[in-house]
Amino acid sequence: MTQIIRSSPVLAFIGLQICFIFFASTLTCTSGSEDSYTITGRVKIPPSNVIGHTAKFSNVKVLLNGGLKITFLRPDGYFTFHKVPAGTHLIEVSAMGYFFSPVRVDVSARHRGKVQATLIETRRSLTEMVLEPLKEEQYYEIREPFNVMNIVKSPMGLMVGFMVVVVFLMPKLMENIDPEEMKQAQEEMRRQGVPSLTSLLPGAGASR
Amino acid sequence: MAIRVFLLLPVFLSSAIVSFSLYEDQAGLADWHQRYIGKVKHAVFHTQKTGRKRVIVSTEENVVASLDLRHGEIFWRHVLGTKDAIDGVGIALGKYVITLSSEGSTLRAWNLPDGQMVWETALHSAHHSKSLLSVPINLKVDKDYPITVFGGGYLHAVSALDGEVLWEKDFTAEGFEVQRVLQPLGSTVIYVLGFVNLSEAVVYQIDSKSGEVLAQKSMAFPGGFSGEISSVSSDKVVVLDSTKSILVTIGFLDGDISFQKTPISDLVEDSGNAEILSPLLSNMLAVKVNKRTVFVKVGGEGKLEVVDSLSDETAMSDSLAVADDQEAFASVHHEGSKIHLMVKLVNELDNVLLRETIEMDQHRGRVHKVFMNNYIRTDRSNGFRALIVMEDHSLLLLQQGAIVWSREEGLASVTDVTTAELPVEKDGVSVAKVEHTLFEWLKGHVLKLKGSLLLASPEDVVAIQELRVKSSGKNKLTRDHNGFRKLILALTRGGKLFALHTGDGRIVWSMLLKSQACERPNGISLYQWQVPHHHAMDKNPSVLVVGRCGSDSSAPGVLSFVDVYTGKEITSSDIGHSVVQVLPLPFTDSTEQRLHLIADTVGHVHLYPKTSEALSIFQREFQNIYWYTVEADDGIIRGHVMKSSCSGETADEYCFTTRELWTVVFPSESEKIISTLTRKSNEVVHTQAKVNTDQDLLYKYVSKNLLFVATVSPKGAGEIGSVTPEESSLVVYLIDTITGRILHRLSHQGCQGPVHAVFSENWVVYHYFNLRAHKYEVTVVEIYDQSRAENKNVWKLILGKHNLTAPITSYSRPEVFTKSQSYFFAQSVKTIAVTSTAKGITSKQLLIGTIGDQILALDKRFVDPRRTLNPSQAEKEEGIIPLTDSLPIIPQSYVTHSHRVEGLRGIVTAPSKLESTTHVFAYGVDLFYTRLAPSKTYDSLTDDFSYALLLITIVVLVAAIYITWALSEKKELSEKWR
Repeated sequence: MTQIIRSSPVLAFIGLQICFIFFASTLTCTSGSEDSYTITGRVKIPPSNVIGHTAKFSNVKVLLNGGLKITFLRPDGYFTFHKVPAGTHLIEVSAMGYFFSPVRVDVSARHRGKVQATLIETRRSLTEMVLEPLKEEQYYEIREPFNVMNIVKSPMGLMVGFMVVVVFLMPKLMENIDPEEMKQAQEEMRRQGVPSLTSLLPGAGASR
Repeated sequence: MAIRVFLLLPVFLSSAIVSFSLYEDQAGLADWHQRYIGKVKHAVFHTQKTGRKRVIVSTEENVVASLDLRHGEIFWRHVLGTKDAIDGVGIALGKYVITLSSEGSTLRAWNLPDGQMVWETALHSAHHSKSLLSVPINLKVDKDYPITVFGGGYLHAVSALDGEVLWEKDFTAEGFEVQRVLQPLGSTVIYVLGFVNLSEAVVYQIDSKSGEVLAQKSMAFPGGFSGEISSVSSDKVVVLDSTKSILVTIGFLDGDISFQKTPISDLVEDSGNAEILSPLLSNMLAVKVNKRTVFVKVGGEGKLEVVDSLSDETAMSDSLAVADDQEAFASVHHEGSKIHLMVKLVNELDNVLLRETIEMDQHRGRVHKVFMNNYIRTDRSNGFRALIVMEDHSLLLLQQGAIVWSREEGLASVTDVTTAELPVEKDGVSVAKVEHTLFEWLKGHVLKLKGSLLLASPEDVVAIQELRVKSSGKNKLTRDHNGFRKLILALTRGGKLFALHTGDGRIVWSMLLKSQACERPNGISLYQWQVPHHHAMDKNPSVLVVGRCGSDSSAPGVLSFVDVYTGKEITSSDIGHSVVQVLPLPFTDSTEQRLHLIADTVGHVHLYPKTSEALSIFQREFQNIYWYTVEADDGIIRGHVMKSSCSGETADEYCFTTRELWTVVFPSESEKIISTLTRKSNEVVHTQAKVNTDQDLLYKYVSKNLLFVATVSPKGAGEIGSVTPEESSLVVYLIDTITGRILHRLSHQGCQGPVHAVFSENWVVYHYFNLRAHKYEVTVVEIYDQSRAENKNVWKLILGKHNLTAPITSYSRPEVFTKSQSYFFAQSVKTIAVTSTAKGITSKQLLIGTIGDQILALDKRFVDPRRTLNPSQAEKEEGIIPLTDSLPIIPQSYVTHSHRVEGLRGIVTAPSKLESTTHVFAYGVDLFYTRLAPSKTYDSLTDDFSYALLLITIVVLVAAIYITWALSEKKELSEKWR
C-alpha cells in the first residue's frame, strides 16, 4: 500500500483512466409509461494522487432509497434506475475512499417524469445529474515522515536536549561569571554544604 | 537528577500510550476480514480458453462472483440488492457474464476478467412468473443469436453486445403460463411451450431474428398437468400429470403437438407419487419415486424406459457434452463417511467414465448440488472436475479423487452470534517457546523502533509484521490475561455452529445441527447455557443452540447443547413443541446451568433444564417472572405472567400456563409497529449517577424492563419516495414491560422509517428519515429518575434520610424525566450497536453500520442531549462538544478501515477482560472482527510501544549523569587548586 502512495505517476495515470471527462450532456432525462419513470445519472470521480486505495468503478454502488434498489456503474460512469414511481427519492453513492453527498431526487408525475436533483449536504441543486465526491476519505492516520524536530520535540528529545545544555553550555556560562562573584557564591555554597552539582543551577539562573 | 528522570517518565509514558486511530501498517494486526459469497445456486465454468480458469457462480445471498478454479479465491464479486434475487447466470460471447435478476426484470452483463458492469437492461414484466434465461453458447458476435429471456409474462430477445432489446413478445394472455423456452442448436426458431390453466399445452414457434410468431399449436390434455416439467431434448418435454402418477411426453416436432402417456406403475412396481428432479439430462430424465431416483430414458417416439435406479440421496449434475456427441453427467452419493463421485455416459449408464471416492467431513452433511466440468488431459482423454455444494452451504471442488479447495460459505448467512472463553492454560503445558535470547529481543525492538521512525526498509517492515504476529501470541488456543483471545460462536442459517478464533478468524471447530424428527433443522438462536466460574469448575462451558424443523414458527423445535472447548454435542433433543421465544432467566442451578423458558405457539412455556432442582428454583421465583410478546402485524404488545402448571392438560411438570397481564394496543389506522428493542440483558452499568457541571446529580433510570417501540403511520411504512411529509409521522415509546406503563412518548411529524435503534444504560439512540428536510436524523433520548433527585444533600446521606436503599418496584409509578436531542446524519444505516466493556467504566462508542457496508465508530459524546451551541467553560472541561446540526463522519473512525463488510446485517460487541477494550464482530455476507478501545488503551501499553527507545533513553540519561558528575568533580578539583 505504501508503495502505491509513493508511486504517484502511476496513480495519476490510473486516475486519468478513472475520470472520464465528457462534455456536458443532457441528463436527468426520463421516460416512462404510466407511473414508473427512469432516473439516469453519472458518477464522476476526479483524478487524484493522494488516494491510498485504488478506486475502481467496478466497486462503486449507487443506492436508491436506503438500499431498496442497488445499481452499478457502467464503464463510462453512467447509472440508471428503472421503474421508479413519481415522488421524492434519495440517491446515495457508496465508493470506498470517497464521500458523496446524498441526493434528493424529485420525480414529477405532472411533467412526465421530469427529474430535479439537489445535493442534500450542500443544498446545491444540480442542473444535470453528475455526482461528484464531496471529499476524499483517508481511512488511516498518516504517519509523520521522519523528522529531526519530532525527535527533539518528544519528551525524550527534550530530556536529552536539556542534558546537553547542562553538560556543554553550563561550563561556558560559568566562565562568563565574574570571578569575584563566583568566589562569593562558592563561599555561600560551602556554608550551606550543598552538593556542587545542584547549586550550579540557581547560579546559572541568576546569571541570566 | 535521577529523581527528575523518574518524574519525567510518566509524562513520557502517557504520551506514548495515546494512539489515535489506525495507521496503515497496523491494519490487520488486531482485525481480520473474511470474504464469502453464500450458498451457490448456479455455476457456470469458464475453462475453454487458456489462461485463468474460472467458475462464475450466483448465490442465495444475491451475489454474483467469479472464483479462481485453482484455489477457490474470489476474483471479483458483486452483492446485488436484497430484493434482486438472481434467477440465472450465463456467459455470452466468451467475455460477458450475464445475470438475470428480480424475477426476470433486470438483465446485466459484467465484464468477465474484472467484473465491471458493461450494460444493464430493464425488461418489461407484468406479473410474477417463472423466469428463464438462455444464453447461446455460440461465440460468434452476431445479432442472429440473441440472449432470450422470459420473465414477467414477456419473452425478450436481447443483444449480448450492448443489451439492446431486439424484440419482445407478450405472453401475458389469460391463464397462459410459459414453462419452457427452447432453441434447437443452430436453428433460428424458438419454441415457447406453455400451459393454459394447466390443462392445455400450447407451443409457439417464433423467429429468433424478428420475434414473429411463425406458428401456434395447442392441444388440450384432459387430465391436467401438475406443473413439474423436464425438457429432455430440443423437441420433447416430459410432464407429470395432475395425479402425479402418469408421465406425459409432449413432443412438438415441427409444430405438431403429440402426447404420450406412461403410467409410472408401468415403469416401477408399487409406486407412489412421483417427482421430477431438476437435472437436465439429454434424452433422459430423473424421477424420484419410492425414495429412489429412477432414470428414465426417452426413446425416439416418446417411449419411456427405466434404465437405472439409485438411492434417493444422490445428487446429480446436468449432462455435459463430452467428445463424439456423447453426453455425460456426474452423480454423488454417500456411504458412511465417504462420498462417491461417478461420471457416466447418458447413453450407456454402465459405462462409468470416472469413479472416485473421497473422505468427507461428517459435519458438512449431504451433497445438495453438483456442477460438472470436463477438461482434456495431456493424454487426450477426458478429465472431470466437480463443484459440489454441501448441506452446510460449503462449496468444494473435487478433482482427481481429492478436495482441491473448499469454501465455508455457511458463514455468509450467520443468524446469531455469541462469544465464549477459551480454556485456561494448564501447568506443565508450555504453549509458546520461551523468549529467545536477549539479543534477539533487543533486535526485535530495534526493528520496531526503526519502523516507528519510518527508517525501515521494505524487508524490515515484513520482518516487523511477522514479529508482531508472533510475539503477540494472538493465535494460541488458551485464555490470555487480557481476554483478547476468545471464541466467536456463529450459528448459520444452514444449521451449522462455527467457533472462530478472535486472533486470526480461523475455524476452531464446527458442528452441524442434527435432529431425529427432521432432515435438516434451521438454526435460530444461541444462548449461554453453562458458564462455570464459581462452582462446577471441572465442567466445560456450553451453549444452547435452538433450531427449528422447517421455516414455519409452529414447527417443532430442536435443542442442542454443545461443549464450547471441544465442539462436541453433549446432548440434543427434539422438544416436541414449537419455539416462539426463548427467555434466559437470571437464575442458575448448582452446576451453573442457566434456566431458560421457551414459549410455544399455544401459549405455554416450558422450563429447561428439565431437572427437579431447576424446578424448585423456578417455583420459588414463580411470581416474579414476567415477559412480553410483540404482535407487530396487529399492533399489540402483551405482557404475560405465570399462572400455573399445565398439569391439567399434559403430564409434563415442566410445562406452565400463562396469563395475560396487560396489553398496549396501537390504533391500526394511525400507527404500525416497525421496531422494538430492549437493553442487552448482560450489560454492565458502572454508575447510576451522573454529575453535572454545576455539581448537580442526575440519577439514571436504569431498568432492564424497558422496551423501546417505534411506530409509523401505515402510509409511511413503505419506501422513502412513496409518502409526503404530511402523511407520515413517527412515534417512539418507552414502555415498562412489567406493568405495560408508557413512560415516555415522543412524536416526530413528517418522519418515517426504517428505524434502527440502540438501547444501552438509560439511553436510546435511533436513526430514521426526516421527510421534510429529506435527510436522515438521529435522536437520543436519555431517561432519568426524578424520585432520587433529592438525595443530593450529604447530610441526608449521613443521617440515613435518603431513599437509595428503598427497593425499586415496578408497581409504583416511577417519576422519570427525559432529555432528548436530534441531529442530522448524512448516510443510510443498516444497523447500530454500542461498545460494551467489562465494568462499563470506559466511555461508549456507537457502531453505525452504514449503507456502504462500513462501520463507523461515533463517540457517545456526540449524541449527548446536554450539548449546547455555546458550552460554558465548565461544560467544555467536562468534554461537552458544541452543538452542531449534523453528526460528523470522520473517515479515520471507520473501524473497518479499507474493508467493506458486504451485505452487513449485524454487529456484536463483547467485553474483554481489559476494561478499556471491547471485541467487535460484524457479520453479513462477509465477516469482520476487530478490537476497539473507545477511550484509548489507558490500562495497557500499545503493541507498538518501543521498549528499545525507552531503554536507550535511560542509558543515555544515566551516562549523561555520570559524565556531568565527573565533569563537576573535575571542575571542583581545579577550583580547589586555584
